[in-house]
Formats: sequence, structure tokens, C-alpha cells
Amino acid sequence: MTDTSIDTRDDAVARNQWWDVWDQFKTHKGAVMGACFFIFIVLAVYVGPWIWSIDPTYIDVRARNQGSTWAHPFGTDQLGRDMLARMMAGGQTSISVGLTAMGLALFLGTLVGVLAGYFKRIDGLLMRVTDLFLALPLLPLLLVMVMLFRQPLSASFGPETGIFILIVIAIGITSWMPTARIVRGDVLALKEREFVLAARSIGTRPGKMILRHVLPNVMSPIMVSATLGIATAIITESALSFLGLGFPPDFPTWGRLLFDATDFMQQHPQRVMWPGLAISLTVLSVNYMGDGLRDALDPRIRGL
Amino acid sequence: MLTYTIRRLLTAIPTLIFISLIIFLLLDMAPGDPTAQLPLTIPPEVREQIRQSLGLGEPVHIRYLLWLKQMVWSEPVYYLSQSVDWVSAPDEARLISWQTRAPVMDTILERLPQTLMVVGLAYVVGVLIALPIGIISAYKQYSVFDQAGTFVSMIGFSIPPFFSGVLMIILFTVMMPNDSFWWFPSIYDTTLVIDSWEAFGKQVRQMVLPVMVLALQTTAQISRFMRASMLDNLNQDYVRTARAKGMTESVVVLKHVLRNSMIPVVTVIALGIPAIFGGAIITEQIFKVNGIGQLLIVSIQASDVPMVQTLTFIFAILIVFFNLIADILYGILDPRIRYD
Repeated sequence: MTDTSIDTRDDAVARNQWWDVWDQFKTHKGAVMGACFFIFIVLAVYVGPWIWSIDPTYIDVRARNQGSTWAHPFGTDQLGRDMLARMMAGGQTSISVGLTAMGLALFLGTLVGVLAGYFKRIDGLLMRVTDLFLALPLLPLLLVMVMLFRQPLSASFGPETGIFILIVIAIGITSWMPTARIVRGDVLALKEREFVLAARSIGTRPGKMILRHVLPNVMSPIMVSATLGIATAIITESALSFLGLGFPPDFPTWGRLLFDATDFMQQHPQRVMWPGLAISLTVLSVNYMGDGLRDALDPRIRGL
Repeated sequence: MLTYTIRRLLTAIPTLIFISLIIFLLLDMAPGDPTAQLPLTIPPEVREQIRQSLGLGEPVHIRYLLWLKQMVWSEPVYYLSQSVDWVSAPDEARLISWQTRAPVMDTILERLPQTLMVVGLAYVVGVLIALPIGIISAYKQYSVFDQAGTFVSMIGFSIPPFFSGVLMIILFTVMMPNDSFWWFPSIYDTTLVIDSWEAFGKQVRQMVLPVMVLALQTTAQISRFMRASMLDNLNQDYVRTARAKGMTESVVVLKHVLRNSMIPVVTVIALGIPAIFGGAIITEQIFKVNGIGQLLIVSIQASDVPMVQTLTFIFAILIVFFNLIADILYGILDPRIRYD
């Protein structure tokens, strides 16, 4: 998929290995474009509201259902709320959910993977649990979890924070399994290496061993699953919102905006396009980034 | 091979039992009360009796075992007794939906044909498109075709069904003139009875959009797998030997390489079937197909616990079953896997 060009490395100067990774990453055009676009989107949704200072919840009924104008570049919705401001607010939620849920899934996956790979005694049990989770019907269970815990969590944390916590936890505990499997495989291979034996021979304790020797060496698969995890989390959150089981209606996310816009698809098809394009392009850019990162972190390709 | 199959079957049973327990306990916490929809004039003691009649008075483990027995024993026996006369119907009451007061399984069986028709056809179409794309992409690696294939499958991965579906509706229903050949209905009409060629044409037309949306996802995944698997095999020594023996290129590629590359792809195809059922929940919602995915959403919104439990368990059974099929297929196709 990628063309690997020979990079000119200066062997005389000791270099951090991450510079090599960066050099390899730069040769993957799609990945660089994906990274640029992802940074652009993140800036647009987090910094954008300071520049485009219309309140996303401000209702201006006289300006409802407008197309693209200078006052409202993305048009307005059926209540006259500015779509650009709503897209930014929605993007903040969608990307925050994506990043946080990915972080949680990554933490769980790495924990289970390292423990299963390093401690032989609990390996069988943990991998059984992983297999069980992989056999669960995830989307139905996610829907059920949202239905069950929406009320109590909204009551104790407020509607927005409650749903945010619920969705992040729900996505996190249903998507850690691939990471756990990959990390476990890598840890099992690492354990047989000489440097681990050397570290053990000088009496390194398991906790220290995992933090100092094992974890840094499994960083690359973790980083690749991190990028792919963002994509899955964003899609899952949007799917939940699209099915009407996500955030409350007055609290926009990209999935919710898409869902709301489908009711007006006949009259205002352009309103569907903005959130849909935002979701798809963000996921596409993250996928390309993950693709480039995988190649860049693979020393067999990078060494060429 | 038989011991391998039996061992895999035996490991599937505890998995299913455990999953059923998780599903049951999770749904048991549901806040919804089945009597909440009843009129307020009903006195509390009658309300309590209604709750008892729905089986809510028992402790959790009894209710779980009863539910499991109903799922795996009473319901199959009931359907068996309907079709053959030497089996009598079981004594227990059937699993009743809280929402419709009809047997859960009857409703599911009513909805299943729509799902199977749309989802099944979409999967077949997707696989049929994906295989040639994968083969050509691998054979002509880095060609324009391969690059285009990579790009299209990246798009297939990245555009979620709830956007591609809506996009299709805008293109083929909203923007297209109504009398054009390329206009397709966006709402799936389940009441359509196929009794003439005209009705058959209508049925085909209303299936086009949902099938396209689902097939795009399948094609993206399977074609990537096919390509990777073909690439693994094309550089093997046996391919060189086959060419050295003077075999034509088509025999080398389609007979030697394709057969060996199909081994992992077949298992991936089997593993993808339950996932497609999951994706169909969203697609059915968009195109208003009243299949089991749509039934699940409606039941969740109405807190219809027995229906959701049963549907989720059916999805779980599908996943475990097709995992099993994939493992066994792998064992049949690749003798090296049958480690005992």
C-alpha cells in the first residue's frame, strides 16, 4: 500500500528512534494528509467557537431553514440555529467521546493484554474473558446499556455529563478486546528475549519489569490500535445518537445532527451532508493515519 | 477432525450459557415496569398479581433458569409439536412480550424473513463483488485498479451505514426525478405480495438501496482480505513451480493461488455474517425495513425486556455459531490447523 523510500539518515549523530518513525510516516502521503486533516478538524471544533461566536443554542425563528448565506455559511436548522456553530459544538462532543472512549479501551486492553501475557497463571482466564466479550453482540448490548443507565446517571451527574460518562464507559468496555489480544501476543514474544532475562537476573520485580521493559516495547501496537480506536468510537457514538439513544436532543453531536436532519431530507438535503461528511472524513483521516503509523512503527519496513 | 469438531462444540456451550447470563442479568436491572402502561385505576394488589403472572415474583436465579429453559427447550419443542404430531406441546407458558402480549418467538419469526432477504442478499452481493476485486488488485499490485480498489475500500470502511444510507436516499430518491429508471423507493414496503412480474420488479427495486448500503461495507472488508491473502500466496514457491511446469497464467492464478488464498477468506466470510446482522440494525432503521433489527430498537424504546433478551441472545447465538462454523471450515480446508 505504501511506497517505502530510502531515507537519508545521518548515522554519525545519535538520533531518537521517533525521528526515524517520523521520517517513515512522512513518506506515506495519505497518512500525512489524514494527520493534517485530523488536526484541522480538532482545531476547528475546539478553537473555532472563539472565532465563530454564534451560540449554537440561539434560536432565531425568522431565519429558519436557510441555505448557505454569508451570515450562516452552513445554513440554519428548523429552529433557525446556526449550523456551523452546531457542527462545532457537535464535533467537540463527538471527538471528546472518541478520544476518551479510546483512552479507556486502550487502558483496559493494555492492562488485560500485559497481565495475560506476563503472568502465565491468569493467562487462560483473561483470554477466556476476552473471547467471551468478543462473542457478545455489541451493538444490541450498547443500546441496552444506554437504555438502562441513562436515567440514574443523568440524575446524579446532570443530563450531559451523565450521558457522556455512560457512552464513554459503554464504548470503552465493549472495544478493548482487539488491543488486549495484540498486546498479549507481543508481550509473550518479548518475555523470551534476552534483555528481559538479563533484567530478571539482576532481580527486577515484575511491576518494575512491566513498566520499564515491557510497556515501552509494546508501544507501537498500542499506538496503532489507538488511532483505529478513535475511528470506531466516533462511529459507535454517532450510531447510538443516530438511533436516538445517545445524547439529548438539545445537546448536539454529529450523529444527533445527522439524525435530526434526516427528517428534513426532502426539503433540505444539504443539512444532512455536513455532519455526515464530518464523521466520514474524520474517520477516513484517522484510518489513513493509522495505516501510515503502522508502516512507520514497523521496523522491518522502516529499516529499508 | 471429528474430535476437533466435538471439542469446539463443547467449548461453545459454556460460552453461550455465560453470555445468556450476562444478557439476562443486565436486562434484569431494567427500570421499566411492565405494569406502568396500565391504567392508574387498577388497584395495587391487582397490579401485583399482574406482575406475578408475568413471572416477576421469583428470585433472580429461578427466573434465569426458567428463561433459559423456555429459550432452549420449550420454544423449540413447541414449534416441533406444531409441525409433527408425535410431539405434544410443552406445558409451560410461552415467552410473552410485555409490549404486544404475543409470544416473542412468533413475532421474531414474522420479522426474520425481511431481515434475511435484505441482509442475506446484500452479503452475497458484497462477497461476489469483493472476490474479483481482491483477486485483480493482488495480481496487478500497485496498478491503477489496485489503487482505486484501496481507495474505495477505505471509503467503505470510513463511511458509516447511517451516512451512506442517507446519502443513497438523497441521490436516488430525493434528487432523482420520480419517473426516471434510476429512482428507487427509500421505504421498504413489507406488505407487498409478490404475485406478478410487476410486483416482483417492485420488490427488486425496493431492495436495491438497502442492499447497496450493506454490500458496500462487506465489499470493503472482504476485498481487502482477498487481496492480502492472494499476495501472501503469489510469492510462494509452489507458484513458481507451477509456472515452471508451463501452466497457463489463468490456471496458476485461478486454480493454484486462488484455492489456497480462499482458506482464510472463507473463514472471514463466515465470521462476518453475524456482524452484518448487527449492522442491519441501523440499515433497517434508515430504510424502514421491519426486520429483527428494527424490532430490537422498538422493544428497547418500549422497555420490552423479554423481547430484548431473546433478540440479544439470538444475536449471541449467531455469533457463537458462525465462529464455530469458521473454525470447523478452517479445519476442513487447512489440515495443518487440526491440532489435537
